[in-house]
Amino acid sequence: MTMTAPASAPDRSPLTPPTAAPARRRRRTTTSRTGWAYASPTAALVLSLFVVPIGIVFFMSGSDWSLLGGNQGTNFPENFTQVLAHRQFWPSVRFTLLYTVIATVLLIGLGLGLALIVQVSSRWSGFLRTAFLLPTALGLASASLLFYALYSPQVGPVSRWLEQLGVTEGVVSILGSPAGALWGTVFLVVWRFAGFYMLLLLVGLQNIPGDVYEAAKLDGAKTWQTFRSITLPLLRPSLALSTIMCVTGSLLAFDQFYILTKGGPDSSTMTVVQLIYNLAFESKRDLGMAAALSVITLLALVAINVFQLRAMRGSSES
Amino acid sequence: MNARTSRLGFRTPYYVLTAGLAIVFLYPLIWTTVSSVSPQPGSAQVEGLGFNNYATLASYQAGLPHYLGNSLAISLVAVGVTLLAATFGGYAFARFSFPGKNALFLVTLSILMVPYATLLIPLTIWLKTLGLNNTLVGVGLVLAVFQLPFATFMMRISFEGVPKEIEEAALMDGCGSFGALRRVLVHAVKPGLITIGLFAFLAAWNDFMVPLFLVGGDNQPLPLALVNMRQQVMGVIDYGSTQAGVVVLTIPCVLLFLLLQRHYVNGFMSGALKG
Repeated sequence: MTMTAPASAPDRSPLTPPTAAPARRRRRTTTSRTGWAYASPTAALVLSLFVVPIGIVFFMSGSDWSLLGGNQGTNFPENFTQVLAHRQFWPSVRFTLLYTVIATVLLIGLGLGLALIVQVSSRWSGFLRTAFLLPTALGLASASLLFYALYSPQVGPVSRWLEQLGVTEGVVSILGSPAGALWGTVFLVVWRFAGFYMLLLLVGLQNIPGDVYEAAKLDGAKTWQTFRSITLPLLRPSLALSTIMCVTGSLLAFDQFYILTKGGPDSSTMTVVQLIYNLAFESKRDLGMAAALSVITLLALVAINVFQLRAMRGSSES
Repeated sequence: MNARTSRLGFRTPYYVLTAGLAIVFLYPLIWTTVSSVSPQPGSAQVEGLGFNNYATLASYQAGLPHYLGNSLAISLVAVGVTLLAATFGGYAFARFSFPGKNALFLVTLSILMVPYATLLIPLTIWLKTLGLNNTLVGVGLVLAVFQLPFATFMMRISFEGVPKEIEEAALMDGCGSFGALRRVLVHAVKPGLITIGLFAFLAAWNDFMVPLFLVGGDNQPLPLALVNMRQQVMGVIDYGSTQAGVVVLTIPCVLLFLLLQRHYVNGFMSGALKG
C-alpha cells in the first residue's frame, strides 16, 4: 500500500521555490477536498450500513430486545449469560468447528490437487478448468436446493447408488442421519467451492518461476521431492490466503445447512450462525440474545483470524 | 523433459481420472436440467417430457415473473451502487491524498472480517429507521456494502496500474479530474469494472441470507421464494418445480460465466494475491 499519495508527492520537492507556499497549500486543500468528494459515496455506505449497525449490535447485545416488543431496557450481562447457558450453544460451537476442519482440509487438499492437474496449458486442461469452475457460478442457495433433490430418496439417484454400493441397507434418506447430513453437506460445499480454491492456488503455482524447477531437475530431484521442498514452500502465501478464506467461510456456514438440514436431524447440524437466526426469528424471538451471540461470533472470528495471521507469519519467518 | 515423458507414459490413467472428475463436477448440473423436464412422481410432470414443472413455477403465488423481477431489481441496485462507489472510491484512494484516507480504506476492507449475521441482526432494526425495511432497494444497498471490500481494493489497484501520463495529458487538455476520469480513465480500468460488476451481479442474484433476514412476502427474490415454496407444500415435496427453479436461477449465471470467464479468472490473477 502506498502511504504517500501521488498527488502530494511533487509538493515535497526541495526545488519548489518558497514563494509558492500559499499556492501550494491552497492546491493541497483543493486536492484533499476533491479526494473526499470522490470517496464520499464509499464513506456514506460504509458509515450508514456498516459502522452504525456495528454500534447498534453492541447496544442491542446489552438490551432486553424482543423481536415484536422492541427495546425494553438494559439487560447486560444477562443476554450473554443466557446465550452461554443455552443448551444448543456448546453443541453448535463444537459442530461448527468440526465442520470447519473437515471442509478446510478437503477443500484446500482438493483445490491443490485440481490446480496441479490443470496447471499445464492444453485444450483438455482448459476444458477441465471450466468444468471445475462452473459450479462456482451457482449461488450457494441454488446449489443447496439442487443437492436437496439429488439426495432425496424419492427422485434423486444418490440414495440408490449408496444402496448398490452396500454403504446403506435399503434406500434411505441421506439427510436423515446426523453423519449423512454432515457428509452430504460437506460434499455439496466441496463441489461448489473446489474450483474457487483451485483458481486461487493456480495463481500461486503460476507465480513460481520456472527456473527454480529447472535447477531442481538438474540436481536430480524426484517429482515428490520437488513438490515437497519447492512447490509447497513457495506456495505458502497462496495456501495461507486460501486457508484463511476457507476457515472464515466455514465458521460462518449458514445457507447450506438452513436449506439442506435446517439444523437437523435432532439439532445435530446446528451451526453458530444458524443458532443466531434461530434465537432471533424462531425459538426465542429475542433480538438481544441474537445480538449477544453475534457479538461473541464477531470477537471469536477476529481472534481466530489474528491467530491465523500470526501463525502464518511466524512459520514463514522460520 | 522427465515430467513430460512420464506424463505421456501415464496418459490413459490421467485421462480416465480427469474425465471422471469432470463428470462429478458436471453431473449435478446436467441431472437437474434433465430432471426438470422429465416425468417424476409428485410433480406436475407425470409422464413424458415437458415443461409442466415450469408452468407450476410460473403460477406459484405472486408468479415467477414477479420473483424474477425482484431478483433483477436487487441485482441492478447492488451492481449499480457497487460500480459507482468503487469507481469513485478507487480513484480517490489511488490518486488523491486526503485526511482519513488510510482509515477509510482499512474500515472498508474490515467489512470482510464481520459475519453477515452480525450486521443483519441490527440491520433489521436500523433499516426501519432509514425507511428501507422490507424494500428491494434496502437489500440491494446491503449487498453492495458486502461487495465494497473486494470492489474498492480491485479498483484501487486498477487505477494505480494506469500510467499517470495518460491522466496528465487529459488534465493538460483542460479536463478537470472528473473529466479525466469520465473520458479517459474509465476506459483504462474497464477490465476491473467488468470483473467487479460480474462478481456483484453473481453475489446479488444468488444471495439468500440477506433477503431471508430483511424481506418477506411479495418482496422475496427468487432464491428465497424457491426455498419457501419447497417448505409450503406439506407432505410430498414437489421436487420438479424446485429443479425448474434451480435451472431458471442458474442459466443467467452460467451464461455470464462462460461469456466473461476471462474476466472471472483475471479478477483472481490481479486481485487475489497482491494483498
